[in-house]
Amino acid sequence: MNEVTTERKTPLMIHIVPGKCDFCGCCVGVCPEDAIELMESKISIIDERCTNCRKCVWACPWEVIEFHREGVADLPRDIPMYLNT
Amino acid sequence: MKDGYDVIVVGAGPAGSTAARYAAAGGASVLMLEKDRDVGYPVRCGEAVSHDGLVQFIEPDKKFIGSTVTRFRLVAPNGTEVIPRLDGAGYVLERRIFDYEVAKLAAEEGAEVVTKAYAYDLVKDAEGNAVGVRALIKDRKVDIRSRVVVGADGVESRVGKWAGIDTTCHIRDMESCAQMTLSGIEVEEDVLDFYFGDAVAPGGYLWIFPKGKNTANVGLGISVECAKKKSAIRYLQEFIERRFPGAAVLTHIAGGVPCAKTCDTIVKNRVLLVGDAAHQVNPTSGGGIISGMIGGMIAGQVAAEAVRSNDLRRLGEYQKRWQKRLGWRHEVFYNIKEGISSFSDETLNGIAASALKLPEAKRTLGGIFRTALWNQPSMLLDVAKVFVS
Repeated sequence: MNEVTTERKTPLMIHIVPGKCDFCGCCVGVCPEDAIELMESKISIIDERCTNCRKCVWACPWEVIEFHREGVADLPRDIPMYLNT
Repeated sequence: MKDGYDVIVVGAGPAGSTAARYAAAGGASVLMLEKDRDVGYPVRCGEAVSHDGLVQFIEPDKKFIGSTVTRFRLVAPNGTEVIPRLDGAGYVLERRIFDYEVAKLAAEEGAEVVTKAYAYDLVKDAEGNAVGVRALIKDRKVDIRSRVVVGADGVESRVGKWAGIDTTCHIRDMESCAQMTLSGIEVEEDVLDFYFGDAVAPGGYLWIFPKGKNTANVGLGISVECAKKKSAIRYLQEFIERRFPGAAVLTHIAGGVPCAKTCDTIVKNRVLLVGDAAHQVNPTSGGGIISGMIGGMIAGQVAAEAVRSNDLRRLGEYQKRWQKRLGWRHEVFYNIKEGISSFSDETLNGIAASALKLPEAKRTLGGIFRTALWNQPSMLLDVAKVFVS
């Protein structure tokens, strides 16, 4: 399940603002693509899986997740754990 | 820690710990992994449970009880208050202690527990069966073998997805929640407050659950469908500024509650899902502590039986027993939730007014419910099913 197989056609537009997140997991519960990885105090969008559906943006109780139509490539973000090291 | 176990439980909340407890009591070797450094913390819960539910699993103990409650107060959109008569009592727990105690019950039965242990995938055999868990334990990647995996990884569950189970919660059914524990406020120590209405918590409700004399959990859940326009934290901040200005904020948390029917599949490829991960939450109330523990108990018992008899096909029993015990009830509660969430503020005000006219002896939750049914007769069939059982 964790292998990354697809190449994205549109740029990633979902951004989790570092430092604002409470790591509650509400976004993960509504994500249809298993595209969010949540650890104790680290959260990341798995770029290759995310379809920009925005369900996580709506679900977030604290407005931590943002939608950027122009893409989020330049914004700072956590790296998924399984790609790390 | 060993290289392999009969059962690995992912997640040490009440459902996971109860699964670990009953699996170990049934003779299985059990390892429970918790991604956070502490069992029980951070708390993501309103923390209310019924006495009757709790005593099935643990003796009430003042060290994990914030308040003992004997009354409900339902507040309609126009402020009308209805206090139904209740037969049983309940508690507002201190989950950071409670979860710890429930995990200790698992440890007493022989389960091993490891914290700061993040499961990031399953180990699978050629047929796709889970034969282990891949985990990051204190920054070291390890594969641990197992015969059965219990996914108790909460609303953010991914264990089921890795086993091929669709656990995604529809946004209409996910409650986006925010809560603050406030201190230095005036609350009645024995009353659970519920506020309804589109202005306060659309597609959900707001709660004030007391924790001792001048402290309470003040929180709310709104349907994600409604949260598109305005987030949970904004609704909560507005209420608190109005009702408890200047209160001390002891905790401030976000959360999600899957108020859905139980997932269609909760057993697959040697993975059993329990608690929020399986959507074992009462969809009307959003309460999930006791139902998650019941799911955990059945899963633990079935896992131990399957391991003991060396017949893992028996794992399918879990789904049947859950459905018979609570799953069917949650289907009915789901339909009731759908009915209630279709009520306008005017309808809710009307129900509150009618409820106040009921003689006090009949002003029970059931009595109020019957009043509500006049507004939504299609719910009648569903309610009948609950009471006939």
